[in-house]
Amino acid sequence: MRRFYWSLVLVPLAVLAVLYLYPLATVLWLSVTEPRPGLQNFSRLVESAALQRILWNTARISIITTAIALVVGYAIAYALVHMDGRRRAIMLGALLASFWLSVLIRSFAWLTLLQSRGVVNSTLMGMGLIDAPIPLVRNEFGVVLGMVHYMIPYAALPMYASMQAMDLRLVPAARSLGASRWQSFRRVFLPLSLPGVFSAGVLCFIFSLGFYVTPALLGGGRVIMIAEYIAVQIQETLNWGLGTMLATTLLLSVLLLLAAVSRIVDVRAMFGAK
Amino acid sequence: MRDTGLRGNALVGWIVVLFLILPLTVVIPVSFTPERFLSLPGATWSLRHYRAILDDPTWLEAFRDSLIVAIGATAMAVVLGTSAAVGCWRLSSRLSEFIRMLMLLPIIVPAVVHALGFYRAWVGFGLIDTHAGLIAAHGMKGLPYVLITVSASLADFDQRLEMAARSLGASPARALRSVVLPAARPGILAGAAFAFVTSWDELVVTLFITSRGVVTLPRRIWDGVQDNISPTVAAVATLLMLVTILATFALARKRTQS
Repeated sequence: MRRFYWSLVLVPLAVLAVLYLYPLATVLWLSVTEPRPGLQNFSRLVESAALQRILWNTARISIITTAIALVVGYAIAYALVHMDGRRRAIMLGALLASFWLSVLIRSFAWLTLLQSRGVVNSTLMGMGLIDAPIPLVRNEFGVVLGMVHYMIPYAALPMYASMQAMDLRLVPAARSLGASRWQSFRRVFLPLSLPGVFSAGVLCFIFSLGFYVTPALLGGGRVIMIAEYIAVQIQETLNWGLGTMLATTLLLSVLLLLAAVSRIVDVRAMFGAK
Repeated sequence: MRDTGLRGNALVGWIVVLFLILPLTVVIPVSFTPERFLSLPGATWSLRHYRAILDDPTWLEAFRDSLIVAIGATAMAVVLGTSAAVGCWRLSSRLSEFIRMLMLLPIIVPAVVHALGFYRAWVGFGLIDTHAGLIAAHGMKGLPYVLITVSASLADFDQRLEMAARSLGASPARALRSVVLPAARPGILAGAAFAFVTSWDELVVTLFITSRGVVTLPRRIWDGVQDNISPTVAAVATLLMLVTILATFALARKRTQS
């Protein structure tokens, strides 16, 4: 009887082991064996100034992206919980539509708008407001804009879910006891919503660390984050040792971060798995 | 006082929504430009870039490849994910919970990391640049979504109903088919939708494990953006956006009705 249910679990597990865990293990293995066994690939993290710049770029852009996405996402989540049904359905629908739209199409749209001969620059030049195109992409501004745009729904939806689960009657209760609108937000609503903000922030940050398509298109080779750098190592310079070492570093950073926050938040709930 | 404050919140919310949607709509007018480069159409609008999609067999082939891979990957993810979710639901032991966490890895691990692994492993398996290889990789990426949605729909389902079916003489397989799976149906459908979209939009792994033999729509768009950007890409983007928006509204409608 239980054997039947174990077989339901073990068959998918076997497939996962061959088609996912084995490839993943290969990456970890290569990082310490290619071109020869040892930790020399990892020692480049301390030695190479170029690598440190890539890592710093990745961390900085991810932090900025997460911070902006959280603030903007909080605003829309806050608006959503205070809205009546019909308007809420429309706003939620718009949020979901942008959530479902592929990262490639979004980056392409931003490129169309922002590149030097793009819609924004040619319109401004046509109106005589500027003489030369303003550099809006192929720089950090473009990358952060594209990433924030992608991350807002990822930040807003979990915060909205956690705000919905709060006891919203506490805010009018605080008001009736004499708190100002600001005080009731600052001392009641905001503290109650912070756990949701925290897990949305962790989610955004770990997704941002691994971003590839947006930085590649909107950074135009000038703003390089770790994922694009790894792809270049494998596809162009065939440097498997360096590529897998950086991939391992990226993976371990994500897993360690999750392990660290798992003491505070339920990681499974963060990914919707509970 | 309180009222104006609330309206202010709503206003901020609508501005954010405009920021999310409006920049994307730029591809719609651009797709109707009569020019050969990305530009807003002036007085004349043209359908030439839509005709170009139909005239260029690579776009239609990309559509076909995307469809084949997404359907295959969805089938794989649904079968494996549902099976694992049902098993874990009934067993609910420490070990089965650990296995469930392990199966969430494909959505936690950054795409470029497993893309490297797939590439290396698929070379050994002879799966590089094949439909089967891409289906297998996308199937793995879809599995966690099915596992999550099916687990969610079984979370409130009483295990004793399955036991009752068994005590009335049903075999485990019969109880599964007639009692458990019907309860899991909404989760299976939602998971299938997630798995399909995941495969349909997937680019990073595809870039690593395919070259000429399998060219999905995202890969074709990527290639189109890399060399000189033609407004044909804007036309394709417009069509894909339309599909996404229609699907979102159809799902939202269905949800409000049920």
